Amino acid sequence: MLKQTEGSKAVAEAIALCRPEVICAYPISPQTHIVEALGEIVKSGELTPCEFINVESEFAAMSVAIGASAAGARAYTATASQGLLFMAEAVYNASGLGLPIVMTVANRAIGAPINIWNDHSDSLSQRDSGWMQLFAETNQEAVDLHIQAFRLAEELSMPIMVCMDGFILTHAFERVDIPSQAQVDAYLPPFEPRQVLDPAEPVSIGAMVGPEAFMEVRYLAHAKQMQAIERIPQLASEFREIFGRDSGGLIRTYCTEDADTIIIAMGSVLGTIKDTVDEMRAQGHKIGVLGIISYRPFPLEQVKAALLNCRRFVVLEKSLAVGMGGIVATDVRMAVTGTGLKGFTAIAGLGGRPITKASLHKLFREAKAETLPPVTFLDLDWDAVNKQLAREKQTRRSGPVAENILHDKGIVSAKFG
Amino acid sequence: MGFQPVKFYQTGTYTVGNRLLAERSVQAGELRSNSINSGHRACQGCGEALGARYAIDAAMAGSNNQLIAVNATGCLEVFSTPYPESSWQVPWIHSLFGNAPAVATGVAAAMKVKGRKEVRVVAQGGDGSTTDIGFGCLSGMFERNDDVLYICYDNEAYMNTGVQRSSATPPAARTATTMPVGAEPGNPFGQGKNLPEIAMAHGIPYVATATVADLRDLEYKVRRAMTIRGARYIHLSVPCPLGWGTASSDTIRIARLAKESGMFPVFEAEYGEVTGVSKIRHQVPVEDYLKPQKRFAHLFGKTPHPETVARIQAIADRNIRKYGLLEEGSN
Amino acid sequence: MSNRPFAITLKPGTSLANLTGTWRTERPVYLNRLPPCNNACPAGENIQGWLFHAESGDYQQAWRVLVQNNPLPAVMGRVCYHPCENACNRGQLDSSVGINSVERFLGDEAIKQGWKFDAPATVSGKKVLVVGAGPSGLSAAYHLACMGHRVEIHEAGPLAGGMMRFGIPKYRLPREVLDAEVQRILDLGVTLKLNTRIENIEQSMQDGHFNAAFLAVGAHIAKRTYIPSGDAAHIVDAVSVLRSMEGEDKPMLGRRVVVYGGGNTAIDVARTAKRLGATEAIIVYRRTREKMPAHDFEVEEALQEGVMIKWLSTIKQAEVGTLTVERMELDEHGVPQPTGEFETMEADSLVLALGQDVDLSLLDNVSGLEIKNGTVQVAANMMTGHPGIFAGGDMVPSERTVTVAVGHGKKAARHIDAWLQGASFDPAPKSEIATFDKLNPWYYSDADKTVQPILDIIRRQTSFDEVQGGLNETNALFEARRCLSCGNCFECDNCYGVCPDNAVIKLGPGKGFQFNYDYCKGCGLCVAECPCGAIAMVPEET
Repeated sequence: MLKQTEGSKAVAEAIALCRPEVICAYPISPQTHIVEALGEIVKSGELTPCEFINVESEFAAMSVAIGASAAGARAYTATASQGLLFMAEAVYNASGLGLPIVMTVANRAIGAPINIWNDHSDSLSQRDSGWMQLFAETNQEAVDLHIQAFRLAEELSMPIMVCMDGFILTHAFERVDIPSQAQVDAYLPPFEPRQVLDPAEPVSIGAMVGPEAFMEVRYLAHAKQMQAIERIPQLASEFREIFGRDSGGLIRTYCTEDADTIIIAMGSVLGTIKDTVDEMRAQGHKIGVLGIISYRPFPLEQVKAALLNCRRFVVLEKSLAVGMGGIVATDVRMAVTGTGLKGFTAIAGLGGRPITKASLHKLFREAKAETLPPVTFLDLDWDAVNKQLAREKQTRRSGPVAENILHDKGIVSAKFG
Repeated sequence: MGFQPVKFYQTGTYTVGNRLLAERSVQAGELRSNSINSGHRACQGCGEALGARYAIDAAMAGSNNQLIAVNATGCLEVFSTPYPESSWQVPWIHSLFGNAPAVATGVAAAMKVKGRKEVRVVAQGGDGSTTDIGFGCLSGMFERNDDVLYICYDNEAYMNTGVQRSSATPPAARTATTMPVGAEPGNPFGQGKNLPEIAMAHGIPYVATATVADLRDLEYKVRRAMTIRGARYIHLSVPCPLGWGTASSDTIRIARLAKESGMFPVFEAEYGEVTGVSKIRHQVPVEDYLKPQKRFAHLFGKTPHPETVARIQAIADRNIRKYGLLEEGSN
Repeated sequence: MSNRPFAITLKPGTSLANLTGTWRTERPVYLNRLPPCNNACPAGENIQGWLFHAESGDYQQAWRVLVQNNPLPAVMGRVCYHPCENACNRGQLDSSVGINSVERFLGDEAIKQGWKFDAPATVSGKKVLVVGAGPSGLSAAYHLACMGHRVEIHEAGPLAGGMMRFGIPKYRLPREVLDAEVQRILDLGVTLKLNTRIENIEQSMQDGHFNAAFLAVGAHIAKRTYIPSGDAAHIVDAVSVLRSMEGEDKPMLGRRVVVYGGGNTAIDVARTAKRLGATEAIIVYRRTREKMPAHDFEVEEALQEGVMIKWLSTIKQAEVGTLTVERMELDEHGVPQPTGEFETMEADSLVLALGQDVDLSLLDNVSGLEIKNGTVQVAANMMTGHPGIFAGGDMVPSERTVTVAVGHGKKAARHIDAWLQGASFDPAPKSEIATFDKLNPWYYSDADKTVQPILDIIRRQTSFDEVQGGLNETNALFEARRCLSCGNCFECDNCYGVCPDNAVIKLGPGKGFQFNYDYCKGCGLCVAECPCGAIAMVPEET
């Protein structure tokens, strides 16, 4: 059913259609609207049987999900940013135990400085946690990916994060097609756990494993994600059969067939990029877009295949490997190893910095002209940065960086003098 | 108090069994669950291994064997489930050091949502996971009144990592991080937390302390807890031969002395109110309790610290007063 | 579940593959230590053994275990000075178990219920002559009969019982109790010939075709001491006084009776005098109360009944109506020494209670015998120097109590039985004694000794009714359950419970326990928490 609705609300409705049995909620912006909506759905009796548990922290949220999942219940939670970091130990544990929990990450920057706005630092920080990570471009895709995520997670008995950009998607009102319960039920069978805590058949879950078997356990987690590379496209096509639309998959290309330059990105920024690309194509530029939906597992082959015919690519990512550069870019470069393709990294939109078409136009043209430095910080205020660096060179106690920069930018001059 | 010790019959209810009593303890049964099987790697004379079998067997008996156990990281977890062998006979999960109560909440929620009301959930951990790292999750589980019985096996320090101080370590005790050196040797006075009372402050339906030195009382409390829905807490004193510096054969004796000296008050509470107290049977000075333990050896060494012993005695005396641990008219 | 995730999810109970028994440096072993009560019992009773059954209320079984060693529990429950109770470990906890009172209860219960001894399982074809129907003779006869031998008791007196009848007053041992227990022994097929004095033992054995003989004639001849006295002074001996109590004519002792001596017989006779109507019964004893051989409780009871005792005094002269008494003093060795201070006291009669001698006339001309200090010397197997002739009780060197005599009877019977088979009886070596330090008394319920009812003082002073009442079933059960079962498992399940490694196997009621050394780590908790000291740690063999 088509409706104009908020992304969070749409996702909540989709989650409810997946019949989760235990939902753990701890509020953190910008995830709040999702769990609020789910709370209401459960409390109203619309979703039953389901336990909606207001926990005391994200750490507890993931832990409750672990317990519920291990006991055979379909478990869901949502978080963002600091919350994801706070639950990090349990995040690793859930995947280590092979529990098919689905979690929405409403992507948000990580502090300090504290910042509630969107970038991908949070989920990317959990890159090696053993969780699969699927990135939604639109709210429709966010809805669809959650449905696919439960199916995939439970098939492989591995947890999945569905990542949607905080505020940009979570708080955006868009037209979304909410599937019917019958469609979801047709697509997503009841949870049949691979292992379960049951007095009828006791097992001991969570043993201590020493050097003699630890590597094998880790390899098996890797093997699961390799299986997911095969299953994700299959599940997307099954999804199309029932729901009648393309959604999910490992990657999605746009105008790449004849492109000499391909822009690679994840999440909602793909929309702006596509708009820019449309405008540039209208001006005769052979430029295309590669959206990565499955960040983990990372589809090395598929990315390579998509890029094989271009001459250069730009990875535009909302994350920064401090001291190194791009995070996604590193993976893409790994994918194209040996191809001789020229790659550029653009760090953009950190902490919610708007990524404008104007800036993208400039960036993409420079890329085409191959005048870009290997790593570009899109719309960085070099003036503010350089002033601070100069200050730090002069004085050891140069004061708090963020405040200094705000001062330099004249935003809080009146207050801080 | 609900548990009525049988006054006589040779040993009455003091021993594990008693051929003359119809009312046997769970542990006396030939068909007890042995929830933790032989072959576990606990040290000789481990109080926790013993306490856990006592408690979980009783919980099994109290749940018609419909039990799922959640375990925090710690000695109990490590010695019971090193790959490829598990000692547990009950469905059991270990997740993390600090999240056992939350995992248990999840298990309980799963059972509820699946309509398996008969399946009961026990979470367990040592004092480190309970009073320190898992305290937030424990408090959350209490506050929500989740249908979980949490059992803390209190051996008064982080034993698994090599005897470091926890917030359950008693004053003056030597641990690897509170060495018996300096002006105030051992663990400082005036620190630590009283978790049973904190649990009571949550207003949960049932809180009790128990000791491996009093099996019948312990079993009664576990079984009583199993008759109640909601959050329940049992704080069980389990001496650690390694960490306390006692003979492996002395585990129960030391636990007994802890109770009989007033250092470990044994009581139960419902909805935040103390409803029963296990009286001291033969009161002993704290010295009798402290002296056999090497962790307190510095109090009785070449330069004895009678003033420190007196401060510990004052703690015991306060417990005795506060909980009314002495029988009317006894010493 | 075959689809278990690798390594992190395990099958339950698989730790059984890990045999932690290899950690052990010491191993626990179950053992039976000798309870101090059993050790102290002159009759060799398995006290703990019969208390065990009494604890569960199975009195008949308790009685049957009791009479395996002693056929006279109702008697013994009254007259035994119960060294078992002095040895009882419970005495160090609160007060010793009232073993004697439970024994009496069982004995009385057996009489009340008419329990009989089991008929002998075998017939040996051998014939044994028992001389004397006192405790030692009756005991020997009983045991020999149980072993399948034909037994004849020849008793010189008119009634069976020996000193139990002619030495112990009725108020301590009612005669119907004695009669019942004697009859029960005779019911086994033992022949009792009364008024049959053996003049020549060898001849009697030959005449009666006896294969062996057990002599237990007791010590019935009162010792005399020289006291200068007037012809008319009324001096009698305690043995005669007590014996005459069994006859038609009660002894005439007068209103003021002085008893000379400090043993139990002195007490008995003083208390008897009191009951016969003496206004004053005074015991004159040359030493102090601490040195007095009489048992304290009997002294106490006598004092309660108004018997007076004159300590540190000897009788120097007896005249009609008066005695001269010299005050004594203990020297540094505790030996009384005369002081030369004299006084006189009024006395209608003087009863000498200075001990008894054995009538050895039946042994005249028997070869190989050794007589020393008026007693027959016997070897460790109770046999005299003459093959086939055994002796026991008061006529051999020993403490002269009913209990010792009963013990002699049993011991002699076993050796006679072996001797008759051309073998020797080797008693099992005694186990280590279960001393108090071997126990963990924490586990025993607090329970003070049950006080037996005592006859009121007026009736005690005026009648021969039994002074000490018995226990009823409730308090006999209570008293039995005060037993700590020192040194022997009573299946309290502590070892089974306290083992952190589940390494104790419970074999079921009556079968005890077994260690599973595959898993026992040797922590010693079972030993420490065994209430009764029935487990010990022993070094592991390397």
